[in-house]
Amino acid sequence: MTSPHRQSNDFSGPQKLLHWTMAVLILAMLFVGVGMVSTVSRAHETLVDLHRPLGIALLLLVIVRIAVRLRRGSPPLPDSMPPAQRTVARLSHVVLYALMVAMPLVGWGMLSAGGYPVTMAGAFHLPPILPADVRLFALLRTLHAWLAFTLFGVVLMHLAAALLHGLVLRDGVFGAMAPRRLRP
Amino acid sequence: MTDLSSRTDPRLCVPCRLAAIGAVVAALAGGFAYVAGWLTPHRLTTRAIIDQFQRNAGLHEGFRRNHAKGVCVDGYFESRGAAASLSSAGVFAAGRIPVTGRLAIPGSNPTAPDGSSPIRSMALLFRQADGQQWRTGMNSAQLFPVHTPEQFYQQLVAAQPDPATGKPDPARMKAFFAANPETQGFQAWLKDHPPSSSYANGAYYSVNAFYLVDASGHRQAVRWSMQPETPYAPLTDAAKADPSWLADDLAHRLEAGPLRWRLVLTLGAPGDPTDDATRTWPDDRRQLEAGTLVIEHASAQSDGACRDVNFDPTILPTGISPSGDPLLAARSAAYAVSYQRRTREVALGAH
Repeated sequence: MTSPHRQSNDFSGPQKLLHWTMAVLILAMLFVGVGMVSTVSRAHETLVDLHRPLGIALLLLVIVRIAVRLRRGSPPLPDSMPPAQRTVARLSHVVLYALMVAMPLVGWGMLSAGGYPVTMAGAFHLPPILPADVRLFALLRTLHAWLAFTLFGVVLMHLAAALLHGLVLRDGVFGAMAPRRLRP
Repeated sequence: MTDLSSRTDPRLCVPCRLAAIGAVVAALAGGFAYVAGWLTPHRLTTRAIIDQFQRNAGLHEGFRRNHAKGVCVDGYFESRGAAASLSSAGVFAAGRIPVTGRLAIPGSNPTAPDGSSPIRSMALLFRQADGQQWRTGMNSAQLFPVHTPEQFYQQLVAAQPDPATGKPDPARMKAFFAANPETQGFQAWLKDHPPSSSYANGAYYSVNAFYLVDASGHRQAVRWSMQPETPYAPLTDAAKADPSWLADDLAHRLEAGPLRWRLVLTLGAPGDPTDDATRTWPDDRRQLEAGTLVIEHASAQSDGACRDVNFDPTILPTGISPSGDPLLAARSAAYAVSYQRRTREVALGAH
């Protein structure tokens, strides 16, 4: 998705804002999700009420983000980076985008298939996107959990790689997404 | 990464920085595992509660982990509009809305004899015209034996059958009740209220307290009950001998016509406990008849509409909100695990 005519070595301001907002929200969502299915405390209600609207907010954000990425592209990777690493970097980004789109859709579809109201806030709720069907619910419920574990794993690898670029390699890759003040 | 040294500044302490990166990743992964409950096997989780149900009664694939034996019903709710000033929920506006329900007995064994428990339950799903839902799971006892999810779990553990006898150890049960005096109210209530002869002539209570919320946001503490139009009659010995009389009796009665219950809202006064299902409110609390539940049909749970419904009591329309009762959140959380497991079993071919 790199646009050839791109001049800057930095992601654009809107891209950075989207990236960091979503980074915080996605990590929060993963913790909220794994917590709400385990706890028997009153936090359960709060976490579930948070999980649904936050998931839909992330779906809207990733749509905007993909549109911006297609328009603005991404800065070139440094020449010092070996081809194998470039491939891994590109692949991991494709996987991240795919999971960011899939997670909220699978969640929404799962609630639809389970016959649950897809409540956002108060009386406001979304329509079902799939027919009520427990077999479908079971499949999507399992998928939602495994995609979440995969997403968490890929996010951790992404974070480790970003920190490696920023703290050890110092090749400008981290700086391309870092807020201006934090650039090494 | 063989070329790492050639690509880094020799003045950097690379091992220190790699260790720092590893620490960040490990802290996040550890935090995630902690929140999931994987690092604290003794902390009570939703899974532990459902596992204990499975230990007590064995695994019955495709069935609810509790209240496994039941029958689907459907009909409608006819609201009188009498509670509309207290709650903005569509269900309380005058008019009629469809209801999917389930009548059941407690326990995890779907083939248990009906007489195995003195308690019955009624679960309902009201479908408002605006797409919101009200789900409620009620019991025929006005009180619940325990106050907290932890006590509930301990009660389950105490009731685990002794492998030697195949029955719960009375000494363990006695020890549990002695250690948890909150259970006395429930025991006394059961003694004073022998079970009725039918699903149709029993009253069903909300178990937990909730709040009604009006259009201006004012909250009113509430407990509700379904009071049968069919008069109470005690259980006969002939019925007790039939392991499935409850469903047979219900089908028989419905052939003669619909069955009705009055939805009675009991309004709490300031100071009445809203977070403790082991305590009732004083008898003189104001009561309001919100409308009539009319049950028209019953069908086997293997193919009835209720089969695929998780009667999570925290699925509420605007105008009804959960109380601070710790059991309420735990019910929601544990029911979700039961639903996840049984639907998975159905998908894998259990039914």
